[in-house]
Amino acid sequence: MPSKFPSARAGLEGVSGDSTAPVAEKVGVNPEAAEVAGLDALELQPKRDKGRLGKRVWRSTWPKVLAIAIVLLVWQITVWSEWKPIYVLPSPSTVFTDLGNVITTGDFWDGVRVTMTRAFTGFLLAVVIGTIIGALVSQFAPLRAAIGSLITGLQTMPSIMWFPLAILLFQLSESAILFVVVLGAAPSVANGLISGIDYVPRTWLRVGQVLGMRGVAKYRHLILPASLPSFISGLKQGWAFSWRSLMAGELLVIVPGALSIGVRMQQARDLSDSSLVICYIIVVLIIGILIDVLFNAADNALRRRWGLLSS
Amino acid sequence: MSLLETRDVRTDPLVRLENVSKTYGSGSNALLALDGVSLTVQKGEFVCLLGASGCGKSTLLSLVAGLDQISGGTLDIGGRKVSLMFQEAALFPWLSVRGNVELPLRLQGVSRPERRKRADELLDIVRLRGFGDKRPHELSGGMRQRVALARALAQNADILLMDEPFGALDAMTRDILHDELERIWREQRLTVLFVTHNVREAVRLGDRVILLSSRPGRVIEDYPITHERPRRIDSPEVSGQAGEITDRLRAEVARHAQ
Repeated sequence: MPSKFPSARAGLEGVSGDSTAPVAEKVGVNPEAAEVAGLDALELQPKRDKGRLGKRVWRSTWPKVLAIAIVLLVWQITVWSEWKPIYVLPSPSTVFTDLGNVITTGDFWDGVRVTMTRAFTGFLLAVVIGTIIGALVSQFAPLRAAIGSLITGLQTMPSIMWFPLAILLFQLSESAILFVVVLGAAPSVANGLISGIDYVPRTWLRVGQVLGMRGVAKYRHLILPASLPSFISGLKQGWAFSWRSLMAGELLVIVPGALSIGVRMQQARDLSDSSLVICYIIVVLIIGILIDVLFNAADNALRRRWGLLSS
Repeated sequence: MSLLETRDVRTDPLVRLENVSKTYGSGSNALLALDGVSLTVQKGEFVCLLGASGCGKSTLLSLVAGLDQISGGTLDIGGRKVSLMFQEAALFPWLSVRGNVELPLRLQGVSRPERRKRADELLDIVRLRGFGDKRPHELSGGMRQRVALARALAQNADILLMDEPFGALDAMTRDILHDELERIWREQRLTVLFVTHNVREAVRLGDRVILLSSRPGRVIEDYPITHERPRRIDSPEVSGQAGEITDRLRAEVARHAQ
């Protein structure tokens, strides 16, 4: 058969030199293979150079640094204006000196350990419970009709509302805190899974049908992987709720002997040590941001793998 | 299989439809999509189903694929396996290209080294050797369709159904994929039932072109296409016959003016 595009081979050779795409097969042999490989090479976008690592890091860092600088400046100006006495609103330098002193004590890290242990235990428990409930609700229509909107309702419940009941049920104990943390996070996890399963694209479901997927295999190879992005958003939101519930819990439910971050903050307030109170606020903020960064990294890695991100 | 292969090609229908009808809904809202459709597809044949909008050609494929139930008549594929390709490649983004091709084998319980070997063979067939570790989104539309073809071939089905598989591709890519599909059909001895609304594409590819009417879908003509292969979509023979079929199709469309 005569080649329709006599220049295809020349085109391929011209392109493949500077393309990073693998060459589909040995193209010297026949012109049809060369046409296909040439078209592939032309249609694949050459990898763009994203610039040096240092430059990229700087590009994403400077706005954050600037934002922090502005906050500190406004804070300092407020202090200078003597809006409040200095022992009520201390200056940034006092707070950061105190923060430096606090985080170098082993005592502080014991507090962080207590708090983070509670956070992770509560969150993991919420993930397990939320996943089971989400899977059941998405599977059984009557169950969805029964508790589908209840789950969304629970999500909007301010978690602090649960503490009086939790204290009556479990007294001032770890269980009381855990109870509220799980109630705060599980609905988000369940909802993430439910909407992930609900919105599996129709064409994928048809492919599953054509490939003869049924029962467990359908879940293993299609439904679960397809609902992963939504599930991860659910986890992220669930974490945010559980972290908030935990902080409220640590201020309200003082378990004897457990000197968590919340308890230490409460003690600082009792001593009217505003600087220390602000220190703990900063610590809680930083922990929250760090965990969020982890979730975002997981989310971005997934999106990049799936081709949902442009870069 | 081996028994079938020894028989005469022309007397061995893999797909047989007799007086098949399909109705959606019921009562006064019922919509008759297909009405009294009879056709056969022989082993090794490349049959194109051609029609304007509303002729139920995709419905017909869904029926043959077993994704939908017929409302009347007889549909007999003798319990044979079918695979189906869509206009979208619909590859799974959480799997690599090779993983997508391996999936049907995995579902059949083929061992890991075995299915890897088979997947690489299939990627070779669609000329995508070396792309197995890529992600679907890293490929172009035409390449994704070839991966979808490799995945369909991995099912090792007796009948390959294709629902406008090249409809979303640009003309150049489509031309080249016609050549590729013709080659693979010949080399792999496939039986293909191919749905399209592109007359030239149908004449370019088919051993037969079956023209369907619209609303409801009925077979109005069964054109044998005898031009020598490999064909070119812009050859005078293909163009000439396509023109003839287009006139017939236009007349059919005009009938729906009122």
